[in-house]
Amino acid sequence: MEWLDNFWATYSTLVLSVGTNVLLALSIYLTLACGLLTVANAAFMGIGAYAATLLTLNTGVPFPCAILGGALLPALVALAIGRPTLRLSGVYLAMATLAFGEVVRVVILNAETLTGGALGLNGIPQLTAWYDVALAVGVTLYVLLRLAHSRVGRTMTAISQDELATELMGLNVGAYKLFSFALGAALAGLAGGLNAHFTFFISPNEYGFERGVEILAMGVLGGSGSPWGALIGAVLITLLPELLRGLGHYRPLLNGIILIVIILYSPKGIWDILQSAPRRARPTVAS
Amino acid sequence: MLTLTSVSKNFGGLSVLQDVNLAIPDQGIFGLIGPNGAGKTTVFNLITGLLTPSDGAIEFFGERLDGLPPHQITRRGVARTFQNIRLFKEMTTLDNVLVAMRDPSRYGNFVALLPWTGYRSTEQRERETARGLLSRVGLADKSNLPAGTLSYGEQRRVEIARALATRPKLLLLDEPAAGMNVAEKRELMSEIVKLAESGLNIMIIEHDMRFIMELCRDIVVLNFGQIIARGSSEEIRGNPRVIEAYLGSDNRSDSRPKS
Amino acid sequence: MLAQQFINAISLGGVYALFAFGFTLVFGVLNVINLAHGAVFMIGAYAALHAVVQLRLPLLGGIFVAMLVTGVAGWILDKWIFTPLRARRAPHLAPMIATIGVAISLTSTIEGYFGTQNQRFPAELLPAETLSLADVQITWLELRIILLSLALMGVLLWGLKRSAVGRALRALSESAKAAALVGVNVEGLFRLTSVIGAMLGGVAGVLIALYSNAVFPQMGQPMLHKGIAIVILGGMGDIRGALLGAFFLAFAEVFSVAYIGSTMRDAVSFGLLFTILLVRPQGLFGHAAQRRV
Repeated sequence: MEWLDNFWATYSTLVLSVGTNVLLALSIYLTLACGLLTVANAAFMGIGAYAATLLTLNTGVPFPCAILGGALLPALVALAIGRPTLRLSGVYLAMATLAFGEVVRVVILNAETLTGGALGLNGIPQLTAWYDVALAVGVTLYVLLRLAHSRVGRTMTAISQDELATELMGLNVGAYKLFSFALGAALAGLAGGLNAHFTFFISPNEYGFERGVEILAMGVLGGSGSPWGALIGAVLITLLPELLRGLGHYRPLLNGIILIVIILYSPKGIWDILQSAPRRARPTVAS
Repeated sequence: MLTLTSVSKNFGGLSVLQDVNLAIPDQGIFGLIGPNGAGKTTVFNLITGLLTPSDGAIEFFGERLDGLPPHQITRRGVARTFQNIRLFKEMTTLDNVLVAMRDPSRYGNFVALLPWTGYRSTEQRERETARGLLSRVGLADKSNLPAGTLSYGEQRRVEIARALATRPKLLLLDEPAAGMNVAEKRELMSEIVKLAESGLNIMIIEHDMRFIMELCRDIVVLNFGQIIARGSSEEIRGNPRVIEAYLGSDNRSDSRPKS
Repeated sequence: MLAQQFINAISLGGVYALFAFGFTLVFGVLNVINLAHGAVFMIGAYAALHAVVQLRLPLLGGIFVAMLVTGVAGWILDKWIFTPLRARRAPHLAPMIATIGVAISLTSTIEGYFGTQNQRFPAELLPAETLSLADVQITWLELRIILLSLALMGVLLWGLKRSAVGRALRALSESAKAAALVGVNVEGLFRLTSVIGAMLGGVAGVLIALYSNAVFPQMGQPMLHKGIAIVILGGMGDIRGALLGAFFLAFAEVFSVAYIGSTMRDAVSFGLLFTILLVRPQGLFGHAAQRRV
């Protein structure tokens, strides 16, 4: 077992990061499955991270409560801005969520007394254990898989293909979109809270554009077809820079290239490649 | 059953419907015809809530429809098909019908997440019902094909099955016979008659005059956003205003121009 | 004091207008939201800086090099990303996502190569003389920035309105199919638009770099956000709206910095953007999209 201890000593952060990235990828998968392109999940992750951290640092609540608080707050924010924002479609939604992300960053930056401003928050207790992350990932995966194979999943697929027709089938499209947006926010916040408690230190820049692109890359790589795709996307994007020695520094560049390549050659993500490899079909255009 | 009272619709300066008054009784097949651009699809859009009237009211079995969001109007029993087919092309035919089924069961949607809630059996029942609807339109054997791979005529039939899945009291068909050959139209006609006999109200927009004349006892003619005639097929056929409306503006009608 | 702020706002607005012009031109003609526009803006600044420092070119030469480099970037962007996606009729979001990838790739590369610190233009090159008109001090630099941006805008507006190419571009922005039917070289013009759009972004980058005397890899991001706010405020694809929106934003920023404080400056553009999207997504001049059934 000494081998395991050594492994853990070197790679714990990486393994835990894979776990939280899976949560992030699942959070964007959920919105993509409904046909929504939102880039707000990095901001929700930040809100969750700060909320959970402030709870641990300033109040005596037990760790699970802090983490749940970190998941709850982003969900509430999502519910608050959801109704008007989700009325926007396509590119407008993407831009609105981009702007929202920046608003969050500026707010965190300026609320110095609370959040430490640009200097961030230091000395966060290292409370996240592997089983916390495993539990979170396991439960989330289970829930989302069941959702995907249920009427809810079917409705979300329908919404992503034709919102109007779905609405006319008697389904409250707005409610479904809001649900996926808020649940996605909660997942991102959960990931943020867990992540904050195995990295000593958080700052507003952690949850800005680069993080948003990473999440987007995971989602696009994984594709919106299945939660498993999100899992694969997350694992690949987290591990790839590590496997290619010394490229960890160029992680954003790698994510960017992955985004470009996937969009150009396999818009439905890697799941599509795996499924269609035997058929050698041309990549189909995502709806 | 359905009443439109003084319904008007304007888009900016463009007046698409002016002061439309329509009362449609329960039980029957009702036809809505008129040249292209007369406003027929707009009437459907107003009824189903995609548009709100600029003026006037729409009532369905005594309840106000205008102002309600589309999904609630559907839940009140109004279903429709589309002029350009709006199937979920990448979903299977069966899934297309399943989406529309709202089983008013005790379980909410999210109970699906919990195991052992009997969700499986509910899902089974729904699939049976959906398959039943598909076999009514003769497409049960294509249940597992992506809807986009079906022929045009077949896709139209799937759309009808999907609309029926919402358990409507009124079915709005927007050009259901478009793109069908004579045999398919015959089948569609008998299917529509059967649906009407089972108590469903049906309202059809069509350009194929023979189709409308044979099916509908009560027909309304729209032109430039106003009702210009209403009556039985014989009355409409001989109505000079109707003939004038179609002359030169719609080549697809079968009505003969008076010399 | 007020007049001073006014001058600042005009010069800032002119540069914002150039950036927004490029952004909205690409949207209007190619129907693409180019989120790499900010990165191209940044590349322009770096290109000019190094042309001036290493090739010892005068400032105007630096601007020229910036236009060259960013023009090439625009050409590459269209040839290798927009054109293939167009050919396969990818959904609208696809090119946008691809440009996000481009943006971050460019930023990350520049960061890796030049580092994250701020670089400055050599002081000798920046004309320090000031003019005094009434109560107002205006540096030669600011004046030149204003003149250059107004001149460029004038040329482009005239070009769009009067020249054959401009007419073709306007036709394209309404309907690519119809334009093709009347013999317009659709693909060639798409490429040209991408090039011009990128060049405008590049020039804006140099001018902002001169104005604030700062060149750093992340400078494209806030500018992109401002560009989005401007273009949405003015109505997507509407040139006149973009220009007005640019000056509006510049004035809002300058005066809020002067009277509220500089930390909230970026919040002004996002707050504006968010509000507009919620209240009137088509902007001041855009047309609301009609639902088609």
